[in-house]
Amino acid sequence: MSTQPLRHLLEQAFPDATELDVVDRTGGGDHFQVTVTAASLSGLSLVEQHRRVYEALSAPLADGTIHELRIKTKGAA
Amino acid sequence: MSYSDKIKQVIDGSDVAIFMKGTPAFVMCGNSDRALQALRRAGASVTAVDVLPDPAIRQELSAISGWPTIPQVFVKGELVGGADIVEELEANGELEQTLRERLGDDYAAAREEATITLS
Repeated sequence: MSTQPLRHLLEQAFPDATELDVVDRTGGGDHFQVTVTAASLSGLSLVEQHRRVYEALSAPLADGTIHELRIKTKGAA
Repeated sequence: MSYSDKIKQVIDGSDVAIFMKGTPAFVMCGNSDRALQALRRAGASVTAVDVLPDPAIRQELSAISGWPTIPQVFVKGELVGGADIVEELEANGELEQTLRERLGDDYAAAREEATITLS
């Protein structure tokens, strides 16, 4: 899978994102690094922030498209 | 006892529990290794459970925690996170702080690693 469908899912889940990035870590289309900074993440624990990302990407996680996912999240001021 | 009951027993009964691919002596996944190394640097004793022997272990764990990926780290029954979070918290000092708050100042006095095999 290219990064574009994942980026689209994240853009839908985080319309307020000030930073949103998806990197294919290995070039193989299944190991991704996701970075999201959004005001809607402010005040949430890291566990809750990452849960939001997992929810946004639940379909490609469930069907095995994403083999490995690294997440970096931040609440925007 | 089902896996679920055993998993809950490990989560609730361990100071620090890590559900991982492989064991501390033979780690089978880079992310499990990242989380384990961060816990070691923080001086935490860990109880490790290998999820690889049966896919049902991982499924039942995720149903309990609501967390889809492995590894999963719990301190005193509460999910701290996966490899990314544990590494981030270790780097900024919050992991040690959490361990100190929940386990006491002497949590790192006698570091141990235990491995539990679920079957």
